[in-house]
Amino acid sequence: MILDFLFKPSFERGVHPPQFKETGRTPIRRMPFASRYTLPLSQSVGRAAKPIVTVGQEVLRGQPIAETAGYVSVPLHSPVTGIVEDIGLHPTLSGEWQESIVIRAFEGASQEVLYGDPVDVDALTPEQIINAVQATGMVGLGGAAFPTHAKLAAPKEWPIEHLLVNGCECEPFLTADHRMMVEWPQHLITGTKFAMKACGAKRALIGVEDNKPDAIAAIEKVLPDDGSITVHAVKTKYPQGAAEMLVKALLGREVPAGARSYQIGVVMQNVGTLAELGRLIPRGQGFIERVVTIAGPGVSKPGNYLVPIGTPLRFVLEQAGAPRDAVEVILGGPMMGAAIASLDVPVTKAISGILVFDRSAMQKERGKTHPCIKCGECVNVCPKGLNPSTLGMLAAKREYDLMAERYHLDGCFECGCCSYVCPSNIPLVQQFRVAKEIVRERQAA
Amino acid sequence: MSKIELRAAPHVHAPRSVENIMFNVVLALMPICIFSVWQYGLSSAVLIVTVTATCLATERFFSKASGKGNTLADWSATITGLLLALTLPPSFPLWMGAVAGFAAIALGKALFGGLGFNPFNPALVGRAFVQAAFPSTIASFVPAFAQQRFTSFVPSTWTAPLMIPTDNTGWIKDAAVDAFTGATPLGRWKFENFTYTTHDFLSGAVTASAGETSAILILLCGGYLALRKFMDWRIPVAVVGSAALLAWILHLAVPGRYPEPLFVVLSGGLMLGAVFMATDMATSPVTPLGIWIYGALIGVLTVVIRYFGGLTEGVMYAILIANAASPLIEQFTQPRAYGTAKTDTAGGAK
Ligand code: SF4
Ligand code: SF4
Repeated sequence: MILDFLFKPSFERGVHPPQFKETGRTPIRRMPFASRYTLPLSQSVGRAAKPIVTVGQEVLRGQPIAETAGYVSVPLHSPVTGIVEDIGLHPTLSGEWQESIVIRAFEGASQEVLYGDPVDVDALTPEQIINAVQATGMVGLGGAAFPTHAKLAAPKEWPIEHLLVNGCECEPFLTADHRMMVEWPQHLITGTKFAMKACGAKRALIGVEDNKPDAIAAIEKVLPDDGSITVHAVKTKYPQGAAEMLVKALLGREVPAGARSYQIGVVMQNVGTLAELGRLIPRGQGFIERVVTIAGPGVSKPGNYLVPIGTPLRFVLEQAGAPRDAVEVILGGPMMGAAIASLDVPVTKAISGILVFDRSAMQKERGKTHPCIKCGECVNVCPKGLNPSTLGMLAAKREYDLMAERYHLDGCFECGCCSYVCPSNIPLVQQFRVAKEIVRERQAA
Repeated sequence: MSKIELRAAPHVHAPRSVENIMFNVVLALMPICIFSVWQYGLSSAVLIVTVTATCLATERFFSKASGKGNTLADWSATITGLLLALTLPPSFPLWMGAVAGFAAIALGKALFGGLGFNPFNPALVGRAFVQAAFPSTIASFVPAFAQQRFTSFVPSTWTAPLMIPTDNTGWIKDAAVDAFTGATPLGRWKFENFTYTTHDFLSGAVTASAGETSAILILLCGGYLALRKFMDWRIPVAVVGSAALLAWILHLAVPGRYPEPLFVVLSGGLMLGAVFMATDMATSPVTPLGIWIYGALIGVLTVVIRYFGGLTEGVMYAILIANAASPLIEQFTQPRAYGTAKTDTAGGAK
């Protein structure tokens, strides 16, 4: 339809930050192996895994080293062939020390994936698929880190109609999903079929921002003939990849405030997650390495790298050519990603991107903070239809309860659009994050 | 990687900043100031400089006194000064101009806590103050394009402080401008039922305050700001649109009594007010629906005050009233949050 071309499906408001997606043009490369890998037992929402190896034990690349500890929990596999050196507390990204398994890689080992247990996928029932997904140790790769199998198994009283596959990747710099769609479209379709069967969806819609025409073309070539899976170009606009926004863009509906998307018959999965499942499940393998975008003005060899889980961050940055005076390292995209305090932590399953800013890039971003001049720009961009201007003024006065009761504070999903545009440089999102925390504590008390 | 800095997301920022917005408004006001000087000569130039300088000095004093550091760099006091000067008659005595500038910043802004906290447009507060203090001086004009405007000052310009303005009659006679009446078009319409042609307005060939005369220039400058997103275009559109609509209805309803809509739009300070004063960010609503209501309120009030009030010009009071109503308008026009029903407004409805 011609109108489709002019008015790509989208959501209301939002922002257009500069893209910096040059890394999307070069193929995924394999990162060299480091000498030591640290695997925190908890890398996702839910219970930490339980170790099933002992110190001094030799492990194969791909071999399970920790098992699930309940339903919302995923197992862990060894990223390399080597020897278990330690099981104990080690620093992690959050700054906390967590129970982790440390594996020293055997020098000279070929590191071909050896461990696996191929399955006949056509014979699997939905329950068996969900178990198989759990066995891969897969978590949402878009950054949420929710165990994938648990998300696929929506409560029975809410029948699932649509599987939405999120290929928006709306954060600047990040191109990992983009490359996976271009390079592994077949795996993506296979994974999408598994997911449809597992959650009972009859239709799957893949939403891709229209700045990735090559990804759309690659997927179109391998779509099944029965029309059950379709791919849709959506407008390139941040935060198109937020679940609520993509539901609006693809289905024209909104997820009611406070509800989960399965309550309107929708399950959403990230393209990377499904492409990985499509690759791993037939071979019966575990999730041991992921595609990570390493970019930013502070790296000389930006690109998408296949990084084994547990690789030390310092090693990763050295490989990508980060200089010594890089002063800010961000995990995820620049809009929502968190800056990290230490490089002596390992890459975990949920890291989609590592961005490095050097001093010159940072100085440009800094501006003086002024009081709110009520320019209204934050209201014009908030994708959730909130009033960040008023919320910000209430936050300054510590009127947290008023923010929650009258101004939909809980609707804020911390996308950062308001802070991004605020000409007074008010740290709005930060204030809202604090306010939400305080309201939550008060309600719990 | 010796030193790592920790900052909260987002780690990128749009290029617009307060300094950047305000500076561009100053830029957009420049052609209008220059035009005013070209029309009225030396007196207009010194008035603009005096009023702006007073505003800056007052801002500096209060920002220092309240420990805010130097706030001149945000350009907002410069805008107040320029706008205020443009609403005064060009022959306005300089000392009265200084009073206006001081009142604008002190009473209109510093009193409330400075930038962003002021409920009323400071320039209009200054203007309202001198309107009340010097009602006859603010209503006396000299002709535009007087021959000697670049060689001599209007006598009243250099009136000694606290003195009543020096008489301008001789200077006006020397100006050799045809048919100068000393009254503004709105005044002549109200009291003599005389209307000017559209051409007179568009070219600036009418009697008025310094910056109220060229609609085209104001539109161009406002257009620049709107295009570069330094100004909310919805406000001037709502102001002018609602004023024209109401004027048109009245024009048709009572034939011969009320002027054409175009006269209403082009006369007095409506254009300058709609483009540069109603759009003051701190004193207008932030909600999309609220912005339309606020603009329409100004347009309607302007016409009502002009037609039915005792004053010839209503824009200033219309904007001040709308400024006062702005927080209330905002309360009732909160945007609809995603995933909530339409009727669930956040602010007032509960
Ligand atoms: S961070 Fe929250 S308030 Fe700000 S734009 Fe995003 S959803 Fe709206
Ligand atoms: S963007 Fe910043 S200055 Fe503008 S209204 Fe929102 S909080 Fe105020």
